[in-house]
Amino acid sequence: MGREPQQVSYTVEQLVSVNPYNPDILTELENYVNEQVSSQTYSLDANLCLLRLYQFDPTRLSIAIVVRILIKALMAMPAPDFSLCLFLIPEPVQADEQIKTLIVLSHYLETARFRQFWDEAAKNHSLLEVVPGFEQAIQAYAIHVLSLSYQKVPRPVLAETINIEGLSLDKFIEYHVANSGWVLEKGTGRSQLIVLPRNEFNHPGLKKNSSDGMPFEHITRIFPVLS
Amino acid sequence: MANSYDYDDASFDSRYARPPSSGQGGGAAAELSYDPNFVPDSVKTFVVHLYRHIREKNVYEIHQMYEGSFQRLSDRMFRENPWPSVEAIAPYVDNDHVFCLLYREMWFRHVYARLAPTGQQRVESWDNYCSLFGVVLHGVVSMQLPNQWLWDMVDEFVYQFQSYCQYRAKLKNKTEEELQLLRQYDQAWNVYGVLNYLQALVEKSAIVDILEREKDGLEQFTATDGYDYEGGTSNVLKMLGYYSMIGLLRVHCLLGDYHTGLKCLGPIDISQQGVYMIVIGSHISIIYHYGFANLMLRRYVEAIREFNKILLYILKYKQYHQKSPQYDQILKKNEQMYALLAICLSLCPQSNIIEENVNIQLRDKYNEKMTKMLRYDDEAYAVYDELFTYACPKFITPSAPVLEESLINYNQDAYRLQLKLFLYEVKQQQSLSGLRSFLKLYSAISIGKLAAYMEVDESTMRTILLAYKHKMHSVDSDGKIIPNADIDFYISEDIIHVVESKPTKHYGDYFLRQVLKFEEMISELDRVKLD
Repeated sequence: MGREPQQVSYTVEQLVSVNPYNPDILTELENYVNEQVSSQTYSLDANLCLLRLYQFDPTRLSIAIVVRILIKALMAMPAPDFSLCLFLIPEPVQADEQIKTLIVLSHYLETARFRQFWDEAAKNHSLLEVVPGFEQAIQAYAIHVLSLSYQKVPRPVLAETINIEGLSLDKFIEYHVANSGWVLEKGTGRSQLIVLPRNEFNHPGLKKNSSDGMPFEHITRIFPVLS
Repeated sequence: MANSYDYDDASFDSRYARPPSSGQGGGAAAELSYDPNFVPDSVKTFVVHLYRHIREKNVYEIHQMYEGSFQRLSDRMFRENPWPSVEAIAPYVDNDHVFCLLYREMWFRHVYARLAPTGQQRVESWDNYCSLFGVVLHGVVSMQLPNQWLWDMVDEFVYQFQSYCQYRAKLKNKTEEELQLLRQYDQAWNVYGVLNYLQALVEKSAIVDILEREKDGLEQFTATDGYDYEGGTSNVLKMLGYYSMIGLLRVHCLLGDYHTGLKCLGPIDISQQGVYMIVIGSHISIIYHYGFANLMLRRYVEAIREFNKILLYILKYKQYHQKSPQYDQILKKNEQMYALLAICLSLCPQSNIIEENVNIQLRDKYNEKMTKMLRYDDEAYAVYDELFTYACPKFITPSAPVLEESLINYNQDAYRLQLKLFLYEVKQQQSLSGLRSFLKLYSAISIGKLAAYMEVDESTMRTILLAYKHKMHSVDSDGKIIPNADIDFYISEDIIHVVESKPTKHYGDYFLRQVLKFEEMISELDRVKLD
């Protein structure tokens, strides 16, 4: 039930939203994955669409593409994209060595075992380096989790979580002090403390009382009644 | 792995109460006495009247015949046999093409519900749906049909697709004849076709636009239950489009694609009254799949909230559906949702978010199991396994079978994958339950002390704390972070400060719903003319 070739060429995103159940777009979606990798962009919908097409026709499944999709999904953490992708990948494919490694890496990240994660990632450098921006994305996730949890985080903890030490860490902290509202403090016993910006998760006072907030458009529904 | 999962058309998933005498064995004996060309008088009357009512657009009468007469005749005369063939009744209805398609749809549905369909019948049913939807999509249908019927069409379409995927994945005991059929009709119930039909119905009906315009007050849709009382234009395409969104949610859940499933449901706002509530089957189907998808996406509070609402609704209103043919299905889904609720509450305990009556039912059924699940030992995983297996959708492998190699049964593969990944997620949350029970006891505690109590080293303690934060904050479809836990904390250097969140009662929401409900009641009463 595919459509006839159009005069105007659709972008991939348009294809995915307008005509996703069509085996003819499979190659385009694969190219789009490679494009996401090289241009450091990301589209969950397009990648899920491709994984579905692989599910419908397993003979066309490409392990290399699946690996790239999974790495991109890891980089999207804390979003559950990695699990979403795994739900669509048949078990025999998940037994592939590269994918098994990625599952282990995901497990470490999901359970906040950052030290083990960075160790394992170092061992599999060749697998991960095909996707530029991987390290930075994971570091962003790490900082996100720290920001959820800590008002003041000790320097060694930060170092282990984002896998940066020494002078590089100094520069990293400097950058965030200047741009992200971090503040340095002295902790107990001359250790360095990084004070993270306040948000509703690490400062309970800021918790938005969304209990009775309602979107205005819902209220408009009873205007006819009130008048 | 629980072995009670074997999907079988004849087993618990049948939508009607199966009379004890019928079953696969009835096939051979019944065939001898079944003459597809014999049309009993009652059937003659039935089709003639139904045809007339459809032509006269008498939706109420159509509904009575569809829900009532059809069931009664099936019960009385067609317990073990199919209805007369469409060729036999066609002369009584002017050989009307569309009526024949509708009749055949009901014919096949009856076979699926009460008998066991053969491979040939499955393929023919697919052809019938293609023709029926083809006619509707061409926009040439002018009739108005009851919503119940239109919902049943979409529901049955997805159900037969799911059933066929299971059927063709069980290759081990197939006869050569059956295998030949699979080879020959390899396009029947292909997943592209199914999805594209549903998508086409959504698009052609412009239902998304209609719902959008309704928000601006430019369209009457929900207010008239989807019917067009004044103009008399057909509601068929519109409603099929609407229900197809739910159909798409369901198919995507069966494939394991929860994200896209929820996206397909996007245009329907389940926090408001809507057309989806008119037919109780569609209401339950939406919430069941919505809740399940959110559970797999770790949005526990959202799932709990929706399950709570629907379970309360069923508690209040199920008595009115006791006579309906959907009653068994309603009860079944009810039980499954209690199981899912038990799972959600074990993974993400909440206080005061469940209605009292629902809570009583839940504790009745699952108190022991929930206690077990919280312990996170081996027995706990067995309980998670059991409940998940009982309550999950019947996942499918959508790809066509490879008929050349050794023939095995692979119909459980999809389910096994989902179960495995689910249990994997449960395992990752293992230490969180212990942490939570300790956090309940303190307002502030040092990491060192807590580590000692939990018998781990400090570094592991920090890891567990971060993991708790990560798992208990889900990411919604807009990328926003949503907290799920009822017990939260923040860490300042070495000290954990515990924060207990207040349960939120949505008074505003409640009042809004009541105001609208009473307004509706009042205007209905106003319409009553006393003569």
